[in-house]
Amino acid sequence: MYPPAFEYWSPKSLDEALTKIQELGHDGRVLAGGQSLIPMMKLRLAAPANLVDINNLTDLAYVRADNGHLAIGALARHADVVDNDHVKTISPTMASAAPWVADPLVRNRGTVAGSIAHCDPEGDWNSVMLAVGASVVATSTSGQRVIPIGEFVVDFFTNSLVEGEMVTEVRIPRPTGSAGGAYLKLERKIGDYATAAVATFLDLASDGTIANAGVALTAVASKNLKVVEAEQMLIGQTPSPELFADAAAVAAAACDPESDVRGPAEYKRAVINAYTKRGLAKALVQAQGGAS
Amino acid sequence: MKVTVTINGTAQTADIEPRKLLVDFIRTELGMTGTHIGCDTTSCGACTVLLDGTPIKSCTMFAASADGHEVQTVEGLKNGELHPLQVSFKQNHGLQCGFCTPGMMLVGKALLESNPSPTDDEVRWAISGNLCRCTGYTNIVKSIQAAGAAIEGN
Repeated sequence: MYPPAFEYWSPKSLDEALTKIQELGHDGRVLAGGQSLIPMMKLRLAAPANLVDINNLTDLAYVRADNGHLAIGALARHADVVDNDHVKTISPTMASAAPWVADPLVRNRGTVAGSIAHCDPEGDWNSVMLAVGASVVATSTSGQRVIPIGEFVVDFFTNSLVEGEMVTEVRIPRPTGSAGGAYLKLERKIGDYATAAVATFLDLASDGTIANAGVALTAVASKNLKVVEAEQMLIGQTPSPELFADAAAVAAAACDPESDVRGPAEYKRAVINAYTKRGLAKALVQAQGGAS
Repeated sequence: MKVTVTINGTAQTADIEPRKLLVDFIRTELGMTGTHIGCDTTSCGACTVLLDGTPIKSCTMFAASADGHEVQTVEGLKNGELHPLQVSFKQNHGLQCGFCTPGMMLVGKALLESNPSPTDDEVRWAISGNLCRCTGYTNIVKSIQAAGAAIEGN
């Protein structure tokens, strides 16, 4: 299958890329790993007139621990965050999700930032980012802005970038206390989208209460869903199985799954309930210093 | 546009449309048909090649993006004599119809370079982006492990 014809640009520097993106406006799309964009073009679901290929911007292929946060550059591949020490130290939720994104070959090519920008509600990363309170750095020729992930993920395949901007970095804050997290994904086979998945995050205060909590859901709404009500129930409380069960019930009620080839809506809702409970329990064990 | 891709050690230059997929560049521009097209939607891995040594799906990359890079296809495995992977797939009945085999061998090659004696689980994890509809995978796993042992033995 051939995608529709397009003009191809291959800038050699970020400045050159930003100038081109600015010039092209809505007629241009950034091509990073292409593992979502190319299939969509082949299926005629996307037909950008211009592609700005950023694969030569190898300066953006970093995963590093910066002051206060984990920084993922726009060209870091999914494979770069699997078994990565910075990721394991700073974001247990992200470390848990990394091996379950797509399949090994797609992880070698697809990028974390590209997947986040794509805003596919069945994508894994945006649930992780919503649970841990990440932010996205959007850069244009006129400067930079740091967008909280909740404002970046607008809706079904829609982010809040404006004309001329591209995602250059994703930032995951360092937990303040002792943290744990998990990404539990039900998939029919490796490489399939999630039937349903839950990202959880717990950051414990020194007295053992929950200082910060994250719960976000994949493939059960028109976008990755941050369950604020469940998070608010957890924050300030002493963790317990009853508390986790209550938060899980809220998550299950908050989602809006559709019945499809991967299962009926009620089944997916039950999976969300069970996985939220389990994910929080795993996060707690890890935050308390046990193995996940 | 003009691109130059080093395929199996030889620089290949061609004038192509930007939308030309890497797999079509290899098969139709260069006439090397060892790299297969299966699902054409990033699921099956029949089109697997090594890009600078790393396995990727060549149906989901533009040839333009491979400009200046090195690609290895199944044709590059044989160096005078069959590569140990080719020998072991033959000896261990690691294929039936052969459609997935080029991809399986290239993923196996990349795996064995970082892990010369992988466990069953490690092989299965490495090939989890490559579908086989004949063998049930058991003999593919055996073939990759046997090739690792043969390479180590040399």
